[in-house]
Amino acid sequence: MTAVVEWFTVPFGFEFMQRALLVSVLAGVVCAVLSCWMTLIGWSLMGDAISHAVLPGVVLSYMLGLPFALGALAFGAGSVAMIGVVNRTSRVKEDAAIGIVFTALFAVGIVLLSKFPSNTDLKHILFGNPLGVRDLDIVQILVMAALTLAVVAVKHRDLTLFAFDPTHAHAIGLSPRRLEALLLGLLSVTVVIALQAVGIIMVVAMVIIPGATAYLLTDRFERMLLISVAVSVAAAVLGTYASFHLDVAPGGAIVIAQALAFTAAYLCAPRHGVLARRAAGRRAARA
Amino acid sequence: MTGSAPALSVRGVTVRYDDVLALDDVTVEIGHGTVCGLLGTNGSGKSTLFKTVTGMLAPERGSVLVHGMPPARARRRGLLGYVPQSEQVDWAFPVRVVDVVMMGRYGHMGPTRRPREADRAAVAEALERTDLAGLAHRQIGALSGGQRKRAFVARGIAQGASLFLLDEPFAGVDKRSEATIVEVLRAMRDAGATLLVSTHDLAGVAGFCDEAVLLQRHVVARGTPEDVLTPERLLRAFGLDEREGAR
Repeated sequence: MTAVVEWFTVPFGFEFMQRALLVSVLAGVVCAVLSCWMTLIGWSLMGDAISHAVLPGVVLSYMLGLPFALGALAFGAGSVAMIGVVNRTSRVKEDAAIGIVFTALFAVGIVLLSKFPSNTDLKHILFGNPLGVRDLDIVQILVMAALTLAVVAVKHRDLTLFAFDPTHAHAIGLSPRRLEALLLGLLSVTVVIALQAVGIIMVVAMVIIPGATAYLLTDRFERMLLISVAVSVAAAVLGTYASFHLDVAPGGAIVIAQALAFTAAYLCAPRHGVLARRAAGRRAARA
Repeated sequence: MTGSAPALSVRGVTVRYDDVLALDDVTVEIGHGTVCGLLGTNGSGKSTLFKTVTGMLAPERGSVLVHGMPPARARRRGLLGYVPQSEQVDWAFPVRVVDVVMMGRYGHMGPTRRPREADRAAVAEALERTDLAGLAHRQIGALSGGQRKRAFVARGIAQGASLFLLDEPFAGVDKRSEATIVEVLRAMRDAGATLLVSTHDLAGVAGFCDEAVLLQRHVVARGTPEDVLTPERLLRAFGLDEREGAR
């Protein structure tokens, strides 16, 4: 028992672990909330796109000595706009437009990064490193997380309406386009919040897996939000500790913890899990 | 509502998708408290006409007035109720029947859409009228085909809509549910609502519609169901040639 307690308490004595936990839990909460709508609308590719597209913005911010969030947000929003333009003004379908825009911007980021190979901070943006965050990073993350959660608290019912039935939203005088833009904006900020915890390449996991896991476990949206946040926070804590004790990459450890939670729900969820569905199928066949 | 203006007035509406003419000079007028069947094959422009009435599409020519006002104002006043086609709804979405019906009230609420007593009362009454009170806390996909339709009708009732657009409400619905839906639609009409119902189920139309419009990109015929559903008109709208008719 003491071994288990010490497994948690000893690393917490280090300041860098406290910061790492703060950053990964905060990112976990905000990502988990957004992931519920991402899962229901089917926007995983969009999450992947925005996260990759912010790379040149992050590199340029470091080069110019600006807060990384500024460049990241500019490129995040810019990529969404570019995807929309390519999609609307050519015969190329949306998934192709997404694939073209995000890989092109990511490539620009990689080329910029290769010109500044000495900067190790920037390498962390690719794979994540919550153990190395600086004060300024934490301030940026706190501000963005507070803003995102505040907007969600006010607008969550409209966002759910948009996800469920945009035509009805339009018919009662709301603007589905504005709600879509709001949700894409929130997604952009969320992706930037999670950059340092798990890195550009794995951010998409943070904005899909918790919501998808919760979706297997409930038929109520409010519960889905709670379960999603619980899964995400648990994965952030366990992943960060595992990274300390096993000396492995924290971003990877967090995402693996999420994937294990999803696998458990996929197999064992009471009604929507594979095992429960099989059992229900067998009962139906007998009856 | 603005005095004697018809519930819906569509005048000379033309809509084009790129080079394809979807609606050609369509004029339809529906009076208050009328059930109007909108008949036509797939691709005849029924959905396009719905989108034009809700203002999702701007017509190239012509005008749409709902109770004498432009669609945007009618939408803001909550006059337009929309009952989607079954295929357009994600039935696995984690919302309950009562949540769906409450969405009808959003236009009446403050910016956070937090329900007040009046909203709860309107939802309860709408569920009662559509005979869904006992199923209010079921997930929307756990309902039968007919109950699902009624849930969306209840949403429009809770909203206080006076012009309802129903997109293929009888598709994938068994006979018994069809009868209960028709009953609800009649009751809505008797309470003063106007209903535009798109369908390709010709057999049922005469039973519950006061008027019918036969659409094939342009209006082939409009009037009472008996006048509209003549063999030669149906042939024009549904069977331009044998292969078309077989679809």
